[in-house]
Amino acid sequence: MSAVIDSHSDDHHHGPAKGITRWLYTTNHKDIGTLYLWFSFLMLFLGGAMAMVIRAELFEPGSQIVSPEFYNQMLTNHGLIMVFGAVMPAFVGLANWIIPMQIGAPDMALPRMNNLSFWILPVAFGILISTFFMEGGGPNFGWTFYAPLSTTYAPPTVTFFIFAVHIMGASSIMGSINIITTILNMRAPGMTFMKMPLFTWTWLITAYLLIAVMPVLAGAVTMMLMDIHFGTSFFNAAGGGDPVLFQHVFWFFGHPEVYIMILPAFGIVSHIIETFSRKPIFGYTSMVYAIASIAILSFIVWAHHMFTVGMPIAGELFFMYTTMLIAIPTGVKVFNWLSTMFKGSISFETPMLFSIAFVALFTIGGLSGLMLAIAPADFQYHDTYFVVAHFHYVLVPGAIFGIIAGVYYWLPKWTGNMYDEVLGKTHFWMSFISVNITFFPMHFVGLAGMPRRIPDYALQFADFNMVISIGAFIFGLTQLLFLFIILKSIFAGKQATSEVWEGAKGLEWTVASPAPYHTFETPPEVK
Amino acid sequence: MSDQSSYFVPASSRLPIWMAFGLMLFVLGAGYTINDLDKPDSNSYWILIAAFAVIFSVFFFWFGEVIKENDKGMYSDQLNRSFVMGMQWFIFSEVMFFFAFFLALGYVRIFAVPWLGGEGEKAITNMLWPGFEATWPVMQTPDQSLFQGPKENMNFPGFANVGHWLPFWNTLCLVTSSGTITIAEHALKKGNRTTFKFWMVMTLILGFTFVYLQGLEYYEAYDHMGLTLGAGIYGTTFFLLTGFHGFHVCLGAIILTIMTIRGFRGAFTKDDHFGLAAGSWYWHFVDVVWILLVLVVYVF
Ligand code: HEM
Ligand SMILES: [Cu+2]
Repeated sequence: MSAVIDSHSDDHHHGPAKGITRWLYTTNHKDIGTLYLWFSFLMLFLGGAMAMVIRAELFEPGSQIVSPEFYNQMLTNHGLIMVFGAVMPAFVGLANWIIPMQIGAPDMALPRMNNLSFWILPVAFGILISTFFMEGGGPNFGWTFYAPLSTTYAPPTVTFFIFAVHIMGASSIMGSINIITTILNMRAPGMTFMKMPLFTWTWLITAYLLIAVMPVLAGAVTMMLMDIHFGTSFFNAAGGGDPVLFQHVFWFFGHPEVYIMILPAFGIVSHIIETFSRKPIFGYTSMVYAIASIAILSFIVWAHHMFTVGMPIAGELFFMYTTMLIAIPTGVKVFNWLSTMFKGSISFETPMLFSIAFVALFTIGGLSGLMLAIAPADFQYHDTYFVVAHFHYVLVPGAIFGIIAGVYYWLPKWTGNMYDEVLGKTHFWMSFISVNITFFPMHFVGLAGMPRRIPDYALQFADFNMVISIGAFIFGLTQLLFLFIILKSIFAGKQATSEVWEGAKGLEWTVASPAPYHTFETPPEVK
Repeated sequence: MSDQSSYFVPASSRLPIWMAFGLMLFVLGAGYTINDLDKPDSNSYWILIAAFAVIFSVFFFWFGEVIKENDKGMYSDQLNRSFVMGMQWFIFSEVMFFFAFFLALGYVRIFAVPWLGGEGEKAITNMLWPGFEATWPVMQTPDQSLFQGPKENMNFPGFANVGHWLPFWNTLCLVTSSGTITIAEHALKKGNRTTFKFWMVMTLILGFTFVYLQGLEYYEAYDHMGLTLGAGIYGTTFFLLTGFHGFHVCLGAIILTIMTIRGFRGAFTKDDHFGLAAGSWYWHFVDVVWILLVLVVYVF
């Protein structure tokens, strides 16, 4: 097998076209990966700005800066933008860049659809953000948009929100179909499943999860649309429906979704830890089985988000035990990472620092998750800042640190230049410290009973909230440093070798840095 | 995974960005049209019409491009496998979309309605609407003033009356059409083009009959039976499940119409007819959904 790169139009020298049309019309997996990554970075700053507004309001008790209505809009859009605009597109961007190179494929399987799945994302988010300027303001019902808040009591712009979610879903589904097809159909000869790099493995399973649950989310918003505008009563008990039904449908999507946001990070961190420990990953096979069992289990735990809505006791018990089961494969992974590092000759470059922090802090998030999984205890924790602490520990020093680690790790392959190691380490330490200042005290205020999703709070929470806000501001500012480091690497970095890291294994390190526009037009032989 | 032909990577293309533009128009058009439903003088539906024009033209040119490339022999076996897998996973995503609605129906029938009627371990236990009786189909909604329940329902009327029951004829059409399209495909594979064309036309006739009967059923529901979208949870689940299914039948029928036209114009060969095969999988998929639907929406 070799690849024919069609070059009848502007693609003459197998290089990119010039100007804006390169990005609008591209079918190249590296270009599209770059687009995804920059888009997600932009969304990270937008969602981050909203978080800054939230933390400024919560800096002191009392109503300070924004109205409660606007606060709700900030909170909702912060969540939506971070989940669907920052974390997910960043992983898809990494997949686009890395998976074809890791499996020795010339490009993604369906390149034109690949372009489409990216370009409808700005459409979806453009529309979502434009609702702020429409009558009634943007969505204000929380990122989980529970009915009837999002139906009976929603602002009129909810219609646009619904269609924006449809488009995001379409983008994810097309992206996932592409990724699955690429992995199943385009591996280089000799690359059997059990020789596949772990990042590719995690994405194979993530893509499967996405195709399975994004349509369910589409179903949920469609039911909302019908209830709001066409008189149906899915979520209205007066007609025989049930608002709790919304929560079931949403969380049937929602719980797999949280694993969608962490599995690719597992893959990235596995690569980085083996590279910088200079040892092959410990327990590769068990890693694969652990990812697969997490994915399967994630379909039968959703109602742990709903312990307090009034479920039969059998339901409480079922969802409590299945949720706890997930801790087992998760524990296997943590154990494997630690064992990989054990007796390795470790060096602490920036990607490794972020990965080690990932292992430690993600575990904290997993442990608070276990606490929440205990149904009777969750009656106390539910809808408090303890939950906010839990999911920010798994998402910020979890998913986002994973992404940042991956960016540092592969950046030299993309730009051809090293990043500034001193600045990178500064970025790490500032992020590491401020992320803990921000999210650790949330456990305390949560346990003490501070509810989530409120613009004001009781006086006894004042000190901790000020600490949290200060941490958040530092964390926010620190990410500007990240932007600077990336720009510096693009424009003024030291030339990188093709291997980049001593001890880096995998096909992506066999091509030049920066990776040529087209790689593996003839597939490599994998032994 | 490793045959010796080459994988075709298309050059940059204008099609996807136009599609993205079409989808943007669609969201704006659909959003404004729906929000303006109570304003008769609104003309936001023009955006929606423009959106459909863009989307359909892009489909036309996109598939045209793919067909041209295929005719030029640019597609290897491996690339064709990508198309096959892409289609299969797309159908899987559609299955999951229907799953959401089946889940809703199941939840409502097994839990929500009985609880509203007072069943269960002291759950809602009939506190909200005392006197509401849990039956399925729900003919009297908990709050009749907000959601006027239907006068009649679509349930299976017993074998004696099955001849007057539209879903029976619908099932007959759709199941038969799954057979006829298989015959057509086999004929094509044997190179028997006349038989192929004949059974494709038969499939289309059956498919469109289904759509017609479904329309008739909706007309009856609205006109004689008081069964509407607003008739409480029975109407809600009935119309959404059959409606989305009907929508998919329409899509499938459009795909198959195009395939038939292409067939008449001499497209497809014995071993190269992916467009037709994909359309036929899609058709089988809507058939399977229909059978499930008959069971849980109409019969049980
Ligand atoms: C050992 C693994 C985990 C367990 C046992 C667990 C358990 C839980 C439970 C029981 C809740 C509901 C708390 C409540 O609302 O009262 C929850 C919330 C949440 N979890 Fe986890 N979790 C785990 C891992 C993760 C991971 C890996 C992520 C994401 C990367 C995640 C993201 C979230 C989010 C976003 C929420 C809150 C959703 C909301 O209400 O807005 N969790 N978790
Ligand atoms: Cu969960």
